[in-house]
Amino acid sequence: MKKLINSPENVLADALAGVAAAHPDVRVDFTNRIIYRATPKADGKVALISGGGSGHEPLHGGFVGPGMLDAACAGEVFTSPTPDQMQEATKVVDRGAGVLHIVKNYTGDVMNFEMAGELAAAESGVEVATIVTDDDVAVQDSTWTAGRRGVGVTVLLEKIVGAAAEEGRDLAAVHALATKVNESGRSMGMALTSCTVPAAGKPTFDLPDDQMEIGIGIHGEPGRHRVPLAPASEIAQQLVEPILADLDFTGSPAIVMLNGMGASPLIELYLMYGEVAKLLEKAGVKIARNLVGNYITSLDMAGCSVTVLKADDEILKLWDAPVNTAGLRWGA
Amino acid sequence: MMTGTIPLSTLVSWLDAFRTEVTEQRAHLTELDSAIGDADHGANMARGMAAVMEKLEAGTPATADELFKSVGMTLVTSVGGASGPLYGTFFLRMGMTAGAVAEFDGAALAAALRAGLDGIVARGKAEAGDKTMFDALAPALDAFDAALASGSSIADAAAAAADAAEAGRDATEPLVARKGRASYLGERSAGHLDPGAASSAILVRTLADTLGSS
Repeated sequence: MKKLINSPENVLADALAGVAAAHPDVRVDFTNRIIYRATPKADGKVALISGGGSGHEPLHGGFVGPGMLDAACAGEVFTSPTPDQMQEATKVVDRGAGVLHIVKNYTGDVMNFEMAGELAAAESGVEVATIVTDDDVAVQDSTWTAGRRGVGVTVLLEKIVGAAAEEGRDLAAVHALATKVNESGRSMGMALTSCTVPAAGKPTFDLPDDQMEIGIGIHGEPGRHRVPLAPASEIAQQLVEPILADLDFTGSPAIVMLNGMGASPLIELYLMYGEVAKLLEKAGVKIARNLVGNYITSLDMAGCSVTVLKADDEILKLWDAPVNTAGLRWGA
Repeated sequence: MMTGTIPLSTLVSWLDAFRTEVTEQRAHLTELDSAIGDADHGANMARGMAAVMEKLEAGTPATADELFKSVGMTLVTSVGGASGPLYGTFFLRMGMTAGAVAEFDGAALAAALRAGLDGIVARGKAEAGDKTMFDALAPALDAFDAALASGSSIADAAAAAADAAEAGRDATEPLVARKGRASYLGERSAGHLDPGAASSAILVRTLADTLGSS
């Protein structure tokens, strides 16, 4: 294992120290491993928190700031944060209008946020609503699995719903919008290589040089099937087709994210975006906005994911609203 | 019926033995988790049990309810992932059922373990054959109950439970996972032991070893 770390045990603590050093506009609670906005939002506005295992940066800590999240709870690498962290963040960010928990549909994340909700209900009077994202079309048989995974749409949702909360919408309206965004988004990912969890010290799975894994999640868990490596145009097809088969994206403007898994260079991500955009346009999908880069990653995995969100004027307006975070910054 | 009672100090020894074993077998558990999960089960359990013992060494509660509440909350707040809430709920429910006692007889221990398993089911919604920790724990508790009912000592019943847990663990190998991250692999999850069933078998084996040597 070759990594820029001091020791596998201290990766998260050391990385949080770096976040604090780099970004004076966030405040890091090192004890509870929570990243907050340095300046809380105004009283009376709904607050948003998210959280998850580390190793997906910039998700979620990189999306804390005006226009997106109020706090992000960091778990160990690929391990959900714990209920006490979420409960603490919920208490701290509440401005009297309630708190939306944004949870990716992974068994551990869901269980820990569920326990946090139970603890919060028993202890503090903060009103909490929860959105569980589940946009991964790679999971086909959701009856016999833990259900579709929450992946790329989480990034778009945090931006769009964050803007709505900033406008002063109430918790019910913010939750309704979050539900709509989640239901309107679909994602599909692929890997060229596995990734190496620092504590494990070696790649999570073996992937021969001439093979790729289609339908991966974001934790180095192997995908749905393994196929021979193919040109980018064919890989784009394998990602776009299941997305279009799952939801009709024609007739509405779309927001498209071409996301890198962590170790694929931007030149390849742009190349892939070109292929994906071509296929989407051919299928009658009108791309109104796009995002190309590393936004929801899987440590040092090479590969990418595609997320397509069916938008409307309201969603586009919220998308364009100012955002000022380490991971996304425009109009501010 | 059964003979003897178990003082709280023996249960603390059990927890200590579990800490030692998950720490020694962390690489093995992580290896199992690499195959069908996300390669962190060994590290997470070792970290969680280290936190549990650190807290208990600073001061051991005098009653079972407080002891297991402390263990459960420490696991919930230090492990994360799915294992934190599942193992945490197991011990929290054990404590709630045990009550403010300082020792267990076989029936009381069986009832507490059963409540813990029910808590895992409530939290994780797993059923038999889903390829989870349930598949090791459920047959273990059935064997424990059956052995006690037939007049075995608590130690012998725990040994029977440990054998059943290990058989249950081994039986997860051909199964297709229906819960947790392994379920995303579909048919490809078959042919691997479930890491949660493996750590659960360690939990029951260390109980048997502790009771057998005390």
